[in-house]
Amino acid sequence: MSAAPATTDHEAAPPLRQTPLAALHRELGAKLVPFAGYEMPVSYATGIVKEHTHVRERAGFFDVSHMGQARITGPDFETVAAAFERLVPGDIAGLKCGQIRYTQLLNDEGGIIDDLMATREADGTGLFLVVNASRKEVDFAHIAAHLPPTVTLAPLANRALVALQGPDAARVLARQMPEAAGLAFMTAAPLDWRGAAVFVSRSGYTGEDGFEISVPADAAEAFARSLLAHPEVEAIGLGARDTLRLEAGLPLYGQDMDETTSPIEAALDFSIGKRRRRDGGFIGAERVQRELADGPARVRVGLRLEGRSAARTHMKIASETGETLGEITSGAYTPTAAASVAFGYVPPRSSAPGTPVAVEIRGAFQPARVASLPFVPHRYVRKA
Amino acid sequence: MTLIRYTEDHEYISVEDGVGTVGITDYAQGKLGDVTFVELPKVGEKVKQGQPIAVVESVKAASDIYSPVSGEVVEINEALNDKPELINQEPETGAWIYRLALSNAGELDKLMDRDAYLAYAGAEG
Repeated sequence: MSAAPATTDHEAAPPLRQTPLAALHRELGAKLVPFAGYEMPVSYATGIVKEHTHVRERAGFFDVSHMGQARITGPDFETVAAAFERLVPGDIAGLKCGQIRYTQLLNDEGGIIDDLMATREADGTGLFLVVNASRKEVDFAHIAAHLPPTVTLAPLANRALVALQGPDAARVLARQMPEAAGLAFMTAAPLDWRGAAVFVSRSGYTGEDGFEISVPADAAEAFARSLLAHPEVEAIGLGARDTLRLEAGLPLYGQDMDETTSPIEAALDFSIGKRRRRDGGFIGAERVQRELADGPARVRVGLRLEGRSAARTHMKIASETGETLGEITSGAYTPTAAASVAFGYVPPRSSAPGTPVAVEIRGAFQPARVASLPFVPHRYVRKA
Repeated sequence: MTLIRYTEDHEYISVEDGVGTVGITDYAQGKLGDVTFVELPKVGEKVKQGQPIAVVESVKAASDIYSPVSGEVVEINEALNDKPELINQEPETGAWIYRLALSNAGELDKLMDRDAYLAYAGAEG
């Protein structure tokens, strides 16, 4: 037995960074792997399938402290929003206090530098950002280089980020911070947890109701232990995070999109509001507006395979007649969908749900169909 | 009499009357994690020692299974089509993958016995 070749090169790599919860992961029996320069838990004792199911049925605790956190501040929110709108196609100026927006940093060619969450802080003047671990240095340098002198980016290095996801998440968190249950999906608020200033967002990356909580590093372990003490909560690793987000239809940076992919190709049109589509005014707008008008050359779709065999990154997608259409970017046999599901890129003419295609797995073409996303319905709580 | 031998790739073969039953070890299933699919060989397929003959997929990866010895596949474990998770639950009993008629029993001498295998797997950690 031998595993397929690993995609990461561990040789000559710099020492791995650790999150403030590293000791807790060891105590919980985590299987630790290198991820984006950090030593991170891929799974715990029960394994990916049970962890995945637990998040769908109860509540899962995730350490996502490897992700980048930062604040952008300036003289007033209008100035901050206008400055940040130069860099992203999302409607930032239209954010209400405490509201969160999913958007993307774009390069001059309209390719995605990273995707991120931006929250208008409750006091009204600043933006709180959460970006991907693998991109944070690139992102922060890009943002800082493009801000006017009166607007400042400050990375928040001394904070942990944890997620609590699943149908029991709100009930559990409310026992510790009753105000949390009052948040609607895609809103956030600064709250107090036993004297620590935490920032609670009702958002996540699993398709379930849930929260992401930014915690000062020195309070992170106590906060994590307090969540894990609830009988509903289990620690969940990055392995289940990946199958959960796949079922939820959510792309992963570096796998499902990179600097060559536009937000329209990545099927992120929903994140670009009317005003920004019309007026542009952001780096990369030319391509985004052209693709909105004429359609992109390729588009990310969901695929559902007939058999149980998983479609993995870079496997070829072909039409029924054998013509190459594109390739798989993410795929797995996932527990809740109970099917082999994947994302891949195909030309728009082959992107309609139900279109029959084939995926080349170990030399043989396996039948599949383009599927609507998400594979498992979202259960966000729009109004608390 | 049953003879059980192990490969460095973590397959086992249990031989009785010239027929070997092949699967992966408990150590191997633990390393793989949750198994989601097993690509079985075909009955009648001929294989040489050390050649890939089946594939076990877990949530995260696909792993080739190499035949511990040469021979012809005489039976496959169809139960794994519907319940690949049996590999995690009972790897060295119910979740055997295929049986083959050995063409060269002498090849068994190149494989490890249980004590040698456990020491080998233990060293690999």
